[in-house]
Amino acid sequence: MSRKLLLEHAHIEGINTYEVYRKHGGYRSVEKALKNMTPDEVVEEVKKSGLRGRGGAGFPTGMKWSFLAKPEGVPRYLLCNADESEPGTFKDRFLMEKIPHLLIEGMITSSYALGANTSYIYIRGEYSWIVFILEKAIAEAYANGWLGKNILGTGYNLDLYVNPGAGAYICGEETALIESLEGKRGNPRIKPPFPAVKGLWQCPTVVNNVETIAAVVPIVNDGGDEYAKIGIGKSTGTKLISASGNINKPGVYEIDLGVSVEEFIYSDEWCGGIKNGKRIKACVPGGSSVPILPHFLITKTANGENRLMTYESLADGGFATGSMLGSGGFIVYDEDQCIVRNTWNFARFYHHESCGQCSPCREGTGWMEKVLWRLENGQGKMSDIDLLADVAKKIEGNTICPLGDAAAWPVSAAIRHFREEFEWHVNEPRACMERNYGLVKEPVATV
Amino acid sequence: MQATTQNGAPFKFSPEALAEVQGLLRKYPEGRGKSAILRALHIAQEENNGWLSVSAMDQVAEALGITPIEVYEVATFYSMYNLEPVGKYVLEFCHTGPCAIEGAERIIEYTKLKLGIGKNQTTPDGLFTIKEVECLGACGYAPMMQVGEFFHEHLDEAKIDQFLDDCRAGKINKGTWKMH
Repeated sequence: MSRKLLLEHAHIEGINTYEVYRKHGGYRSVEKALKNMTPDEVVEEVKKSGLRGRGGAGFPTGMKWSFLAKPEGVPRYLLCNADESEPGTFKDRFLMEKIPHLLIEGMITSSYALGANTSYIYIRGEYSWIVFILEKAIAEAYANGWLGKNILGTGYNLDLYVNPGAGAYICGEETALIESLEGKRGNPRIKPPFPAVKGLWQCPTVVNNVETIAAVVPIVNDGGDEYAKIGIGKSTGTKLISASGNINKPGVYEIDLGVSVEEFIYSDEWCGGIKNGKRIKACVPGGSSVPILPHFLITKTANGENRLMTYESLADGGFATGSMLGSGGFIVYDEDQCIVRNTWNFARFYHHESCGQCSPCREGTGWMEKVLWRLENGQGKMSDIDLLADVAKKIEGNTICPLGDAAAWPVSAAIRHFREEFEWHVNEPRACMERNYGLVKEPVATV
Repeated sequence: MQATTQNGAPFKFSPEALAEVQGLLRKYPEGRGKSAILRALHIAQEENNGWLSVSAMDQVAEALGITPIEVYEVATFYSMYNLEPVGKYVLEFCHTGPCAIEGAERIIEYTKLKLGIGKNQTTPDGLFTIKEVECLGACGYAPMMQVGEFFHEHLDEAKIDQFLDDCRAGKINKGTWKMH
């Protein structure tokens, strides 16, 4: 049984309203921080908690905060990254829909810690109904004195706004998000300078994921040390996992970091096992960009140890035999799924979402999509498999932002672990079409 | 990314919408009104039957005090903006990995056959357009589509049939980008 720090009250009727949220202890962290703590003390608690960025990169939040430049007379900004777009990830949506005040509360406490007087929640445009859920919650927070001028009589001022995007995965990358918030195309910036020095409108800026900001609430309420007691090693606290794919109980779950992967997949508390009594074939544990794991590396590491839901354990073995916790987008594949088709699907996604600035990504993702389509549709050659691996390798590390890596990793990993299935597509195109489509279709090439 | 644009009929914001677009400027520091562009374009698109004509983009530029080219370069980058006319109901099916392995491709094919159109096409009666879009963040509730501001999840053939009938009967709420 995992404890719930973020979703404890998520199922209470009316928790999306201010009254009910407040009745269940809401906004205590704001009172505590603004009245009894200095901003630096809040940062210190977050450092002690060991909280790591929940958007995917896993960078220590307290350290990120301490990098924020504080030149005299220059405004600082806190931006919440609610551009959740990583395939397999839908946890932030759940949190904002069910318990919007938790995010608002986290934004206030975190903005205070960073000395920001204006903060924005940048939310993907497709979540447009949530824009209004958040704006309603923000209006309630203003009406009750938690936002605006002189909050709780402490002299601290904060304005909080919601800014919707308009459909672009790349805007989840923090500098692309900043560009988009400035009203431009979402082209990532070359770093340095980092946003902590020159971010929104060239001012010092911190960008944090929704879940990261929400986690600041229990950290301030109970103390960083309490938070750090949950989890294992450098994976502290709880984590929201979005579970999808061929499982009995897809959904959003809050787990203690350190739960075993086996338990997570098969326990009725979480995924409830594989649907229709099938066997598991593969798993993508952290969103579409992380390496796919074959069935024998999901619940055990290459050394035979139990695989745990932690940053470290999921990465155990490096990319050779491990993967990443990423954003916690946990996708499960049963024995009927085609790895080549799924890899093509993801390659198409990244090709579509590449902003086009860097040629390795712009061109390379298109190449990967085409070659994978060819293989999937019975037109592939044996040399295509090495060609794919080669293109992926040449994208990786050669782009301004991590989208190139994110596009390359799933392709490299699929070839690494499922090479035989790729070869089967080349050797037995008709059999493969029959399996994948349930009928004998002539191999086709449309790209 | 779409590249074509069409002029369309001359566009004018309704007075309420124009007030709302100009009200967006309050959220940003003096001189940073360009930041309001994405939301302003959503509102303009809604007021222009679901797509952005050059005329509509020009009006957004005027409302925000920026040049038209700044609006065009943004409108052509983001996938939610339609640069060609669309049907009254735009069915945006997610076809990315997690939805695909839960049957999205079958549902999309079914809907296409039923409506007799392919992707990015509109039925002759102007009611339906089918789009295939990338992950919308509903992976646990697949397959799914977005219509207007709302998600329709756990789709199957029967739900599609019912949904299309409800659209024809005018019973589907598409939501709105305007304050409500």
